[in-house]
Amino acid sequence: MKVGLFIPCYIDQFYPQVGISTLELLEKLGCEVEYPTGQACCGQPMANTGCEEDAVAAYHHFVELFQTYEYIVAPSGSCVYHVRKHYDIIGQTEEVRKVRKNTLDLSEFLLDILKIKSLDSRFPHKVGLHQSCHGLRGLRLGTGSERVLESSSKLDTLLRMVDGLELVELTRADECCGFGGTFAINEPAISAKMGKDRIADHESKGVEVITAGDMSCLMHLEGILRRQNKGMKVKHIAEILNGTQL
Amino acid sequence: MSKNEILAAIRRNKPTGAVLPSIPTFPEGKASPVVTFITMVETGGGQVIRASGPGALQAAIENRFPDAKRIASPIPGVKSNVALGAIHSPSELEPVDVAVISGRLGVAENGAIWVTEEDCIHRVLPFITQHLFLLLDEAAIVHNMHQAYEQIQVDASGFGLFIAGPSKTADIEQSLVIGAQGARSLTVVLEPPLTSG
Amino acid sequence: MKEHAQKSAEFIRDESRTDWHDEALWFVRSKRDRAAHSIAEWEQLRELASQVKDNVLAHLDQYLEQFEANAQRNGVHVHWAADAAEHNRIVHSILEKHNVQRLVKSKSMLTEECHLNEYLTERGVEVVDTDLGERIIQLKEEPPSHIVMPAIHLKKEEVGELFHQKLHTEKGASDPQYLTEAARQHLRQKFLAAGAAITGVNFAVAETGGVVVCTNEGNADMGVHLAPVQIHCMGIEKIIPRAEHLGIFTRLLARSATGQPITIYTSHYHRPKVNGEMHIVIVDNGRTTQLGRADFRNSLKCIRCGACMNTCPIYRRSGGHSYGYTIPGPIGSILTPGIDLKKYSGLPFASTLCGSCSDVCPVKINIHEQLYRWRQVIVREGHLPPAKRQGMKWAGKVLSNPGWYNSLGKLTRWALRQLPRPFLYNSFNEWGRDRELPQPPRQSFKEWYQNKKTEK
Repeated sequence: MKVGLFIPCYIDQFYPQVGISTLELLEKLGCEVEYPTGQACCGQPMANTGCEEDAVAAYHHFVELFQTYEYIVAPSGSCVYHVRKHYDIIGQTEEVRKVRKNTLDLSEFLLDILKIKSLDSRFPHKVGLHQSCHGLRGLRLGTGSERVLESSSKLDTLLRMVDGLELVELTRADECCGFGGTFAINEPAISAKMGKDRIADHESKGVEVITAGDMSCLMHLEGILRRQNKGMKVKHIAEILNGTQL
Repeated sequence: MSKNEILAAIRRNKPTGAVLPSIPTFPEGKASPVVTFITMVETGGGQVIRASGPGALQAAIENRFPDAKRIASPIPGVKSNVALGAIHSPSELEPVDVAVISGRLGVAENGAIWVTEEDCIHRVLPFITQHLFLLLDEAAIVHNMHQAYEQIQVDASGFGLFIAGPSKTADIEQSLVIGAQGARSLTVVLEPPLTSG
Repeated sequence: MKEHAQKSAEFIRDESRTDWHDEALWFVRSKRDRAAHSIAEWEQLRELASQVKDNVLAHLDQYLEQFEANAQRNGVHVHWAADAAEHNRIVHSILEKHNVQRLVKSKSMLTEECHLNEYLTERGVEVVDTDLGERIIQLKEEPPSHIVMPAIHLKKEEVGELFHQKLHTEKGASDPQYLTEAARQHLRQKFLAAGAAITGVNFAVAETGGVVVCTNEGNADMGVHLAPVQIHCMGIEKIIPRAEHLGIFTRLLARSATGQPITIYTSHYHRPKVNGEMHIVIVDNGRTTQLGRADFRNSLKCIRCGACMNTCPIYRRSGGHSYGYTIPGPIGSILTPGIDLKKYSGLPFASTLCGSCSDVCPVKINIHEQLYRWRQVIVREGHLPPAKRQGMKWAGKVLSNPGWYNSLGKLTRWALRQLPRPFLYNSFNEWGRDRELPQPPRQSFKEWYQNKKTEK
């Protein structure tokens, strides 16, 4: 099957290793992956600021670029959620509907489409999983702690396939980290406070590495960790699943 | 007139459709409703006593509140020294120490007891009294609120209510304090006692 | 627009107090979780509650008329108020007719919304809020900071000092048990002296013409049954069709609000007491306008449990007063723009859109989606600051054009590597106040990929 790799803009610019890990992992699992080099951004930054109309050009560009792929896979629950949920304001042509339906987060693609049961990777560290909100509550990649349903988590399932990895249980299983896109600069005080509180939870459990399905949350948490000179590291889940070492 | 304006605005603006769902029958759970009920009353800060007959009830009241001066109850057999029929203004009930009232129905899932105006004689009685006893027939305990509302008719009395414990508040720093504006304690007297003990 | 950000930054300055506030509310959220998880059919109940409310909104006019007719048959006086001013006038006229000097009130967010207390006080009526939390903030002359726990922002020492000044409790005493007892004694006198009592309404049953009020303290009933005149004030959206629907809502309300299986008192008022008079005031005050907004009418389903506040990571760290409205938190942030879009244009942005509010909501209001939609309306109506608006227009152009995007990305990474620290970290960099900027790589993913392909 032909997979279109969608690498969100901030990953492309600041965290290329996450894109590389995603690509390598998918290829290892036998996928034919293509990265359309004309990509820019899914439009979320403008739309979340209320400027949906300024994002329309990005929506059309995205659809045009990816319409031929059977699946469009990205290492980001948030950007995938945006395409699936908010591309409803442009004309719903067949191409648009197809792209919206087939854009998947990496974890969904691995578990629901490839149906993988095991992975050849090792990461002998104490890991804390940050459940990024858009993936968790938007894409329903897991059961949020608010809901009275049988508990499940795609990211958790995948991490448990990694040899030597010890997944810790947090006091607050899925509280927001405070990134929130432009929220991080509109309300910097509260955004940073939320991040510090999240880090403190991981720290109290002896976590060495915080992982997540969204690098944006990790960019925010890493920014605080580095400012505070803490030894804790962040790694996108794609890096861990692909066998990247610390 | 505002009524017509409001109704007209609603008609202009309301959505269409949306049928009323029917309420399914929910599983009742394996535990005996009486056992669950007792646990829930206790969780809510109330006490449960099992007593059979007016003599046992009287003994329970005297045992729990030996110093009570004013006891008010419309229940035959309970020694009441407040003439509820002679009260003209509800504020005259302010000195009541203990009120003993019959409940109609209990709800296992939350320990609530349905009480009506007719059981209280004066609506304020279960609130203004310092301590409250509610008498309840064990056979009148249902599993959940759906069953409760099926059995009671909410408008059969001018006033009816569910009571699920003593008056309480947590308004100061989330610290639970029993005895806010209403009764300071609730004792539920279940009759008859369970034969299985 | 920046008001919430400023107020929350002020709130956070006292970090240990912020942590205390956050923990107090998280504790309530945890209790809610335990209570919800004890009910296997929880999600089904939420769905039912949501459907019942959808039906109510679609037939609101019929239900209100049915409710009025049944209430009148029960001997209740029913009044209709188009707005806050009319509501206040109606209440005052009832009090005037009975020459009421002293009024006791139990919790009613509607009367807060209408500023009834101020209105009546100006006209010489003594108004006493009787819910302990409400009494505390009334004595402190502050608005509530939470709809269920109005004084959750205050420490017991502060309540102790307040009570010492106003109720003459011992100086330095801060034991909640002691303070609550003092309030009990104080409020008993107020209940006994009151000529009328006002309550809010949790549910109004169309089929029976009665209203249901839920409290833990028993204060609504102490007021209503002692005073000769009882007045229940309700928004038009409080209607439910039938008594059987109370089964659904009473199972959800207290569990969502405080984690209790039910409130201590769930009172059903249908007819006036002997020698008493009973009034119900039905209030619109902007609700019919909200009903006409397809994207936002859902907010009228709210049963005022406060669960969205307790779960909101921003509310917990900014306090209710940072929202500047009677109803704070996520639900307040979707109600207020409909009241005054310009004034409250910052509130829909006081969110990370994490979605926790929507998932705790017992009537399944899509709060975070409405926040997103309000943002679009705010921008369309021109309430985003011009610089930000222009920035987004520019971002929209760059981020949809791969050529510009590539060049600008490269330039940014270069600047982040080359510029000395003071150029990057200064008062213009909101990100950098408490956080480091990302360490930019020399190669973007795209550049790596293109190199790799040419190597092949």
